[in-house]
Amino acid sequence: MTPLLEMRSITKTFPGVKALNAVNLTVMEGEIHALVGENGAGKSTLMKVLSGVYPTGSYDGEIHYDGQLAEFSGITQSEDVGIIIIHQELALVPLLSIAENLFIGNECARHGIVDWHETFQRTEALLKKVGLSEAPGTLVDRIGVGKQQLVEIAKALSKDVRLLILDEPTSALSEKDSQALLDLLLELKAQGVTSIIISHKLNEVRSIADRVTVIRDGAAISTLDADSDEITEDRIIRDMVGRDMAQRFPERVSNPGDVLMEVRDWNVWHPQHSERQVIHSANLNVRAGEVVGIAGLMGAGRTELAMSLFGRSYGRKISGEVQIDGRAVDVSTVNRAIDAGIAYVTEDRKHLGLVLDESIQRNITLANLPEVSSYGVISEAEEIQVAEGYRKAINIRTPGVFQKVVNLSGGNQQKVVLSKWLFADPKVLILDEPTRGIDVGAKYEIYGIINKLVADGRGVLMISSELPELLGMCDRIYVMNEGVLVGELTAAEASQERIMSFIVRS
Amino acid sequence: MAADPVETSSDAQGNSVGQYLANHLRDYGMVLALIAIMAFFQVMTDGTMLRPVNITNLFLQNSYIIIMALGMLLVIVAGHIDLSVGSVVGFVGALAAVMMVSWDWSIYLTIPCCLAVGILIGAAQGYWIAYWRIPSFIVTLAGMLVFRGASLWLLEGQSIGPFPRQFQALSTGFIPDLLPFVKTLFSVDRLNGFGLVTGIVIAGLIVWMGLRGRARNKAYGMVAEPLSFFVARNLIVAGAIIFVSYKLSTFRGLPNVLITMGVLTIIYAFLTESTTLGRRIYALGGNEKAAKLSGIPTERLTFLTFVNMGMLAALAGLVFAARLNTATPKAGVSFELDVIAAVFIGGASMSGGVGKIVGAVVGAFIMGVMNNGMSIMGIGIDYQQVIKGLVLLAAVIFDVYNKNKQS
Repeated sequence: MTPLLEMRSITKTFPGVKALNAVNLTVMEGEIHALVGENGAGKSTLMKVLSGVYPTGSYDGEIHYDGQLAEFSGITQSEDVGIIIIHQELALVPLLSIAENLFIGNECARHGIVDWHETFQRTEALLKKVGLSEAPGTLVDRIGVGKQQLVEIAKALSKDVRLLILDEPTSALSEKDSQALLDLLLELKAQGVTSIIISHKLNEVRSIADRVTVIRDGAAISTLDADSDEITEDRIIRDMVGRDMAQRFPERVSNPGDVLMEVRDWNVWHPQHSERQVIHSANLNVRAGEVVGIAGLMGAGRTELAMSLFGRSYGRKISGEVQIDGRAVDVSTVNRAIDAGIAYVTEDRKHLGLVLDESIQRNITLANLPEVSSYGVISEAEEIQVAEGYRKAINIRTPGVFQKVVNLSGGNQQKVVLSKWLFADPKVLILDEPTRGIDVGAKYEIYGIINKLVADGRGVLMISSELPELLGMCDRIYVMNEGVLVGELTAAEASQERIMSFIVRS
Repeated sequence: MAADPVETSSDAQGNSVGQYLANHLRDYGMVLALIAIMAFFQVMTDGTMLRPVNITNLFLQNSYIIIMALGMLLVIVAGHIDLSVGSVVGFVGALAAVMMVSWDWSIYLTIPCCLAVGILIGAAQGYWIAYWRIPSFIVTLAGMLVFRGASLWLLEGQSIGPFPRQFQALSTGFIPDLLPFVKTLFSVDRLNGFGLVTGIVIAGLIVWMGLRGRARNKAYGMVAEPLSFFVARNLIVAGAIIFVSYKLSTFRGLPNVLITMGVLTIIYAFLTESTTLGRRIYALGGNEKAAKLSGIPTERLTFLTFVNMGMLAALAGLVFAARLNTATPKAGVSFELDVIAAVFIGGASMSGGVGKIVGAVVGAFIMGVMNNGMSIMGIGIDYQQVIKGLVLLAAVIFDVYNKNKQS
């Protein structure tokens, strides 16, 4: 076999971060090559380099494709030579038909006039190839995610694909749909299509991949070969997580008290697709003075769980019970959840956490305005004192509290969001990816704030995709996968390997 | 950890006068534009612009636009729009006419009933917008057609009038001279002492509140306006108020509607700047999702802004009918455009979350002065429309340009 693709010593830097560090990747003609690694390890970045999303010149290293040096200046160039990438979030237009979606930007047309007859004929042929029995005129909106995935593949086939890249193709699919998709990949392989599949599901990887490359912290750690029987889950997990843990977390003496928050038999269904259950009877508790983590991969349902607990901000047909201090509380609206003593610090601070065009001061008091007002009239003096207090206490690095938060760095913005929720004086804080997108120094400070919170007797439920962070901070870790809490580990028991094995084996 | 440098931004370093001006160009620019436009027309109309009778007219002509601009500002800050207000003006005017003229109701029954109808109209539209998330553009476009049709139906295509004197006083009445001794004090014939004294007192209050605010800002380390700006601004504002009140006093005194307008402006300025309700509306318009996740009842607030808009549109309808002394099926046609233009000229943002009551009022006056001045000059309605359109566009382009430059 000859290599179809050779990526040599690819290095890609973003401001302040080296996302890829001299990565080599060789993909043979006609094989299925799996890329595995933790969230943020650099898999998607590598594929974006390959497909021209990051054009030549924006990275170091060389790409050799089909024996030639390839220099893509955009995604059109890579598609021209048959490299097609299918992203995790599907790029289909929901209110257009399957046929229209297949040929979007590439219409069967003469002088700008669409030939519908040809479009439909070709669509039918393509759908047959991927084993999808839907009429070409069906709106994409009307078919499930699994079938939409097949439409994406059909679209790739319509462009004469030679190298198909799938980013987590089965993460949103049911067991049956996943199997169908994997079978299709094997079939395409038989027809000579080479695939790169990014996946977290090691059983899938094992069943279809010819070779597996493990990426960790922007570097290719190992490439394992199916023929020589190297592909075992243990081996992959070890390569995925084996990084040394530096002293990156402030010390804390753990001293958990009584149970503060208890969630029982919590079920949530998807807000749009009412037949899809997103959270399956979750049970968990948080004690006073305890940091409890929820580990899981992207899309495991952690954010959905948190937001559904916080005033039903996500999902519908929610059932289950929440207790605070042993008493059942009403968390059916955000206000009631706040009153019950729950705060939720979002993972998406720009869109869900802050009013960007307003000042630090106004953002901090937003969730608890009555505290700085009497009879509905805000005392600006009190408000400023409160905001100044937080600015100093948790070290928001600005000269004053009148700056618009849009001008602050990620770390300072996160501190503003934290201040807002501290001012609401909750018993339990749910922190969703509290250190996402902020630099190392600010991370350390945020950890310090979390430690102080629990020292004051509050409880913290922390969602994070960075396992070292959970291991460094938490007294206890729940592991979540596909909407189910699949395991619970104490700090002493927990390790990256154990967490990963809970996820990939569930 | 290592001490990062303190973050600095253009907002923080307002020490230099130039920097401060750059950040507040919009606020000053609008007032200066109004003054410049007035000066321009004063010259072009050979002094007619600032004659007492014309100043009085300016207030009477623009009162209903300003009253509605107060409500429209809240609607736009909340991230919506209301196209129906012109039709509501027509409908409520027609309803008042039917009640007072055809049914012979007293004005003390008519006015509350009409305001209640305005509230109901606002509620009916706000319900779909807030709780069903139907775009406000669509709902109020429908409302615009419905209430225009409804006023035609109410009036059966005719005009109804005239109205009782008491009702007309709503718009064209004047506050009698409660302080006649002032006149004798200065030994002038034609001077409404109450009007002048009121003007002086209000000017004094504004300066006093400005000083208090300044002291407070300093105490809390807020970026203070350079002293020269503060003095200049207060001199201009206080001077203008005293000047206008003097001019009005030499004619017939303070118009009733000016008092209504002034009181409402103060109430709404207070509401938007100092209450939790106002703060939450800004947060809702600035980032609805974040507001919702902070426990703010976003739906209810959206609903209330439309209820409020309906009430103010009804009030404007009464004032307008009283001014014309007749209800016609054409009353209020295209008022919504003047009101919306005033709010945008006043610096509100189409995407919500930004805008000030004072800005909306100044914006309305800019439009009003241009209407008035161009009419005096005898410029045709055709050119007037073109010029007004260009001014609106220029104001918004200026905003966008400024915003891009800052970021």
